[in-house]
Amino acid sequence: MVDSKDLWHSLNQFTPARIAQGRAGMSQTTRNSLEFQLAHALARDAVNIPLDFSQLEQRINTLGYTTLTLQTQAENQRMYLQRPDLGRLLSESAVRCLQQYPNIQTDAVVVVADGLSSKAIEQHAVPFLNLLLPELQAKAYQLPPVCLIKHGRVAIGDAVADHYAARLCIVLIGERPGLSSPDSMGIYFTYKAKSGISTDADRNCISNIHNNGLSYDLALKKLLFLLNESEKCQFSGVNLKDETIETALNNQRQQANFLLD
Amino acid sequence: MYKAYIANLSYDFKTLRNLMAKATPPRSGDYLAGVAAANNLERVAAQWVLADVPLKQFLNEALVPYEQDEITRLIIDEHDSVAFAPVSHLTVGDFRNWLLSEQTTTEVLTAIAAGLTPEMVAAVSKIMRIQDLILVAKKCRVITRFRGTIGLENRLSTRLQPNHPTDNPAGVAASLLDGLLYGCGDAVIGINPASDNLEATSRLLTMLNDVIDRYAIPTQSCVLAHVTTTLKAIEQGAPVDLVFQSIAGTQKANDSFGINLALLHEAHLAALELKRGSLFDNGMGNNCMYFETGQGSALSANAHQGLDQQTCEARAYAVARKFKPLLVNTVVGFIGPEYLYDGKQIIRAGLEDHFCGKLLGLPMGCDVCYTNHAEADQDDMDMLLTQFAVAGGTFIMGIPGADDVMLNYQSTSFHDALYVRQVLGLRPAPEFERWLQQHGIFNADNQLMAQRELPALFKPALQKLTGGGNG
Repeated sequence: MVDSKDLWHSLNQFTPARIAQGRAGMSQTTRNSLEFQLAHALARDAVNIPLDFSQLEQRINTLGYTTLTLQTQAENQRMYLQRPDLGRLLSESAVRCLQQYPNIQTDAVVVVADGLSSKAIEQHAVPFLNLLLPELQAKAYQLPPVCLIKHGRVAIGDAVADHYAARLCIVLIGERPGLSSPDSMGIYFTYKAKSGISTDADRNCISNIHNNGLSYDLALKKLLFLLNESEKCQFSGVNLKDETIETALNNQRQQANFLLD
Repeated sequence: MYKAYIANLSYDFKTLRNLMAKATPPRSGDYLAGVAAANNLERVAAQWVLADVPLKQFLNEALVPYEQDEITRLIIDEHDSVAFAPVSHLTVGDFRNWLLSEQTTTEVLTAIAAGLTPEMVAAVSKIMRIQDLILVAKKCRVITRFRGTIGLENRLSTRLQPNHPTDNPAGVAASLLDGLLYGCGDAVIGINPASDNLEATSRLLTMLNDVIDRYAIPTQSCVLAHVTTTLKAIEQGAPVDLVFQSIAGTQKANDSFGINLALLHEAHLAALELKRGSLFDNGMGNNCMYFETGQGSALSANAHQGLDQQTCEARAYAVARKFKPLLVNTVVGFIGPEYLYDGKQIIRAGLEDHFCGKLLGLPMGCDVCYTNHAEADQDDMDMLLTQFAVAGGTFIMGIPGADDVMLNYQSTSFHDALYVRQVLGLRPAPEFERWLQQHGIFNADNQLMAQRELPALFKPALQKLTGGGNG
């Protein structure tokens, strides 16, 4: 097959986007069309691969942190995909399980949910927790075990925060897989999360955490900024602006832009 | 009142809201909400009953109570009864016949737009087939203007969407230039920022402004941050062309987005005051809002108020038209399979949204798209893309290789736009078309020029990267 490229293909150094692909007539070339189908097949398959929770528990335990694995009311993947409401509620057995643990006053809950990409959690949750949990401990926060949630949506964090009466709720979740990033993790932060009451407007989101996206360090920096600010203003969400002067912005200030330099 | 006896069964739909939901063609979000018809017969029975409902009834029976919802109040308070007069005697079923009539021309449809409510157009769409939705929408003409003219006959515009996972300026610029060289970007150059950060938003706004300015591109920019972020950016003097916001069809859903009509009004005034639409000429370019919508968004915020998702979506258009937007984009397949399960549901929803928006007088574009957890693929997108363009759709997205590397979904590519323009003889906005031809990107027939050399306009920028030569 002919490998047609555009004259400006050197721009590929700047982005993972499918640019300078060339064309057959004005349409996509055979090679590009088949590459797209290949990526779509991989992403489709990735959605349905279940997360290995026992392995995840072990890896987090090895870091020295306790865990609790819970399930939502979405009993299987098919139900999870079609009933987001059930993915926001803890199953009866999960509720019983939580009730067995002492309900001491806690500051923050850390929740890890498979979401729509088990691959994201498998690859990024443990290294990120390894950076995050020491920071939370350094603030002398009281933390319950890290809660691992099977078939969870973002709002499942609210139910966990409710149970522990925690002020701060941090949810790590697998984002919907993209063609170029089947392993993208997102973090949702909610101050004083309340199940059934907190809405998307009450949350701050840090997305695109993967090897070609946002780094763990930057994600952590953003999260800690939001956390500290929310402690000051006593809210989170759209009114809490991420006005951090952080490395990415510093980089952007220095980064060249060939179109304008 | 909403009763039927059909195929030896009797039905009583009690309320107009219930009737509308039961009459809606099947989609997963309505099953999720528990408002859908239980079976095919119940759905058809509801459609028969709905066809006999007088359009006037929608002015008497609010689907979401007037006292509880500012969008209902907006719809009722701003209803234009003079514009409504020519169709005020019709039932929903006769309204469909009237819409299809040869006597109902573009001018007639334009004249009644302000007299129609979202619920009326949603109702009639529920008893229309795909071909009806296409035929009537094609008769509608909605023209808007900022630096270019959007929505003229036989034109199809594109939003160039050069997203990057970390908003890296060179990364954004690379996709942006790729898009321009494929003839994309006359509707808007619009970036979804990776985070809703004021400084990053301002930086992107400045960059887009500088690119548009340096290369004298007759288009407009937008950074799709939350309206409150954009307002702060305006306060700080950032060059904002279009103010963006996602909107929904109930007050409660908009609450969950952190917006209301007063906030949108404030943003609209702030953008108008900048008067940036007439930078390139003395045109009237004062359409300065960009809204995005999509069936299922209200339900996903648990704020659908018992409505079906298509009616909810149409109500969002009442919010949009209040602020005279340049562009409204139904991001139809982005929300996922719990709302639109497969290609069939996505295709119909996209065409319904386009029909309803156009009838209400909005410049409707469609993000022809799907996610990797939906039962859909490129063939489904080709069907929606082609049908949308046949229906006279205002604009589509242009994303490198159809793969958005920031938002993780598949939309339409630059190549897709060229395909559909080619097969249907559609052209870009006239100002942008002239720019493309002037710089040797398109030839006089709007085909991409043969690539022996880079267009002179961008040669210097690209030569720096490769240290000379032709790139």
